[in-house]
Amino acid sequence: MDHTKISTIEGLNSYREKILESKKNELPTVLVCGGTPCLAKGSRQVFEAFKREFNAQGLAGSVELGIKTTGCQGFCNKGPLVAFADKDIVYMGVKPEHVPEIVEKTVKTGEVIESLGYRDPQTKKWVTEYSSIPFYGHQKKLVLKDVGQLDPTKIDDYISRGGYSALAKAFGMNPDTIIDNIEQSGLRGRGGGGFSAGRKWRSCKAIKTDVRYVICNGDEGDPGAFMDRSIMEGNPHAIIEGMIIGAYAVGSNQGYAYIRDEYPLAIENMKIAIEDARAFGLLAKDILGSGFDFDIKISRGGGAFVCGESSALMRSIGGNVGEPRAKYIRSVEKGLYDRPTVLNNVETWANVPLIITGGVQGYRKVGTKGSPGTKVFSLAGKVVNTGLVEVPMGIPLRELIFDIGGGIPKDKKFKAVQTGGPSGGCIPESLLDLQIDFDSLSDAGSMMGSGGIIVMDEDTCMVDVAKYFITFLVGESCGKCTPCREGLRRMLDILTGIAEGRGRQGDIELLEELCDVLKWGALCALGTSAANPVLSTIRYFRDEYEAHIKEKRCPAGVCRALITYRIDEDKCTGCTVCAKKCPGKCISGEKKKPHIIDANKCIKCGVCRDVCPFDAVIVE
Amino acid sequence: MAIDIQKVDGIVSGYEQSEESLLPILQDFQREFSYVPEEGIKRLGDIFGIPESRIYAMATFYKALSLVPKGRHTIKVCMGTACHLKGAPFVVEAIERRLKIKPGQTTEDWRFSLETVNCVGTCALAPVVVIDEDYYGGSTSENIIKNLKRYT
Repeated sequence: MDHTKISTIEGLNSYREKILESKKNELPTVLVCGGTPCLAKGSRQVFEAFKREFNAQGLAGSVELGIKTTGCQGFCNKGPLVAFADKDIVYMGVKPEHVPEIVEKTVKTGEVIESLGYRDPQTKKWVTEYSSIPFYGHQKKLVLKDVGQLDPTKIDDYISRGGYSALAKAFGMNPDTIIDNIEQSGLRGRGGGGFSAGRKWRSCKAIKTDVRYVICNGDEGDPGAFMDRSIMEGNPHAIIEGMIIGAYAVGSNQGYAYIRDEYPLAIENMKIAIEDARAFGLLAKDILGSGFDFDIKISRGGGAFVCGESSALMRSIGGNVGEPRAKYIRSVEKGLYDRPTVLNNVETWANVPLIITGGVQGYRKVGTKGSPGTKVFSLAGKVVNTGLVEVPMGIPLRELIFDIGGGIPKDKKFKAVQTGGPSGGCIPESLLDLQIDFDSLSDAGSMMGSGGIIVMDEDTCMVDVAKYFITFLVGESCGKCTPCREGLRRMLDILTGIAEGRGRQGDIELLEELCDVLKWGALCALGTSAANPVLSTIRYFRDEYEAHIKEKRCPAGVCRALITYRIDEDKCTGCTVCAKKCPGKCISGEKKKPHIIDANKCIKCGVCRDVCPFDAVIVE
Repeated sequence: MAIDIQKVDGIVSGYEQSEESLLPILQDFQREFSYVPEEGIKRLGDIFGIPESRIYAMATFYKALSLVPKGRHTIKVCMGTACHLKGAPFVVEAIERRLKIKPGQTTEDWRFSLETVNCVGTCALAPVVVIDEDYYGGSTSENIIKNLKRYT
């Protein structure tokens, strides 16, 4: 739609009405999920098929209005997902060949095609309404409300759904009142630390200076976390709106969005959104005629995990190696270029417009007293339903994993859930009724982190998990401080020894001691929290460490030095596939007769287990 | 490998001469040349008037930057937690055996470079392998080798 710069709040409101009027469409708008997982599963081809079908049929309402590519709709393992604007219908696993039927039935007449819905594994019934699908029904979407409903590259979509009205409201408020509101709302940093956002803003504002900065931390480096990516990809304007409100409240005229280089689509969509906001007069000079100037620059990360740490991130924006500094002086006093700086994470910024619009009381209705609001999680690992979910703070882990996540695949047993990435820990079955909020997770020896939830089943070895995280951290430690640089390496040596059957009495105690040194001595949070994956696995799964050390046995069958591959004679049909594919040529046997693995030659590469059509390969 | 110094100048001239521009310029070098060439570091240092050592420090610190040229296709095997649990180590090893290179290396015919990355954020598809821009979910030691054949 043509537009000129919007220079007043009234102008914004009348523009919104104009869009709503022009978008009146008799047919429901088709929403094709364009999140990275759905794209990988072919959602672009589905989108193209809709376009062709709409054009071929010459449907009323242009293609532009009729079909949209949206951000992540959440149920990633069921993609490509297709939904319909303002209708309670979702289709899963949609292929281009389904499109003509969808247009004919659902688009034209509103008829639902049940076989494209969700098949409830218990009732075996097909359902297509969000509320009847447990994965969606247990969620509470506030931050993600518009993600998956709007086209992130169209500012009109955001404005028509009420976007930038929080900003308009904020301009009518005293900046200090905004800070009061954010503080009273109890909003805590969603990047992991859980520090009060309002207090951060207030401390920054209290410093007398001519230049302040606000930063959006989009360097989501935790393995297993993709919440921030989905928000940046799916609703970038919500983040920008939050940042403008924050900047207005603390008195900053320059913002930065630091985005991970591994997220090309997030960078692209944020870039488009910033340019559009500028063209509309929502960024740069005299925003909405308020006299307030603010603009945002995008900084691409360089692929270093430590740059998610605030002081390292600020050094990286400034064109330096991203090493953290000791924080005797916080970054709200001396941050980017030594100026007072407010740094919040993507999800935190996206919460800000909600608080301004709904008010403090409205915001606090959801969540717990100490952790109000919702939290977006990425649910992955050994769980049936994987994807992006938003739930009220305080829901039990069990509900998240078993009701929303649908439990563990292949009837395996639940073992642990890992939260908080490399800074978090593993929580055992006995604590499944734990309420998820910042404080209870810390008390359990883990942490909220940015919101990655990785479910682990009985086939997961906890020593291997600890070794995995420490390997990750050794690679990502910047090397500036000794406890982190050297301590992590020693920990990895010990864990590798245990995993390879060279564990000794006293290793566990030594690990605990090293963890203590890191906790007290490391320079930044990467080091101080690095103890969590090790300490939490020792705390809850000590018997597994002891089995490795004393009995030289890996109970889960993961640690390669301690396991052997064998073929189950009863299951093997002698199809010879494994023998053909074995890279070490160590499987022998006649056609149609059970095969044998030569354990002396076996390199435990797992190929035979992958290719066996009869699950006859056993690991012991 | 000789590089076109005009391309270097073209990239550098598109940026404001400030330290903030260093990382984006190096990332553009990486995209243009598939690595950060020595000539580029020298030239950038001259134009900006900053020591080469400073630029070199950045080029070696950030994982997105490489000092050696990359092959025609880059294979990124995700080693995120979900991928690790679902067998990513087996997938890397299968590629190592087939291409006879280790992560960080490039095949002799410049066809493939192999990298391991910490998380590409598509955990629902684990284990994930990204070849150039294409995402392959549910990778195994078996199907990944077949997928390699699409890239010449």
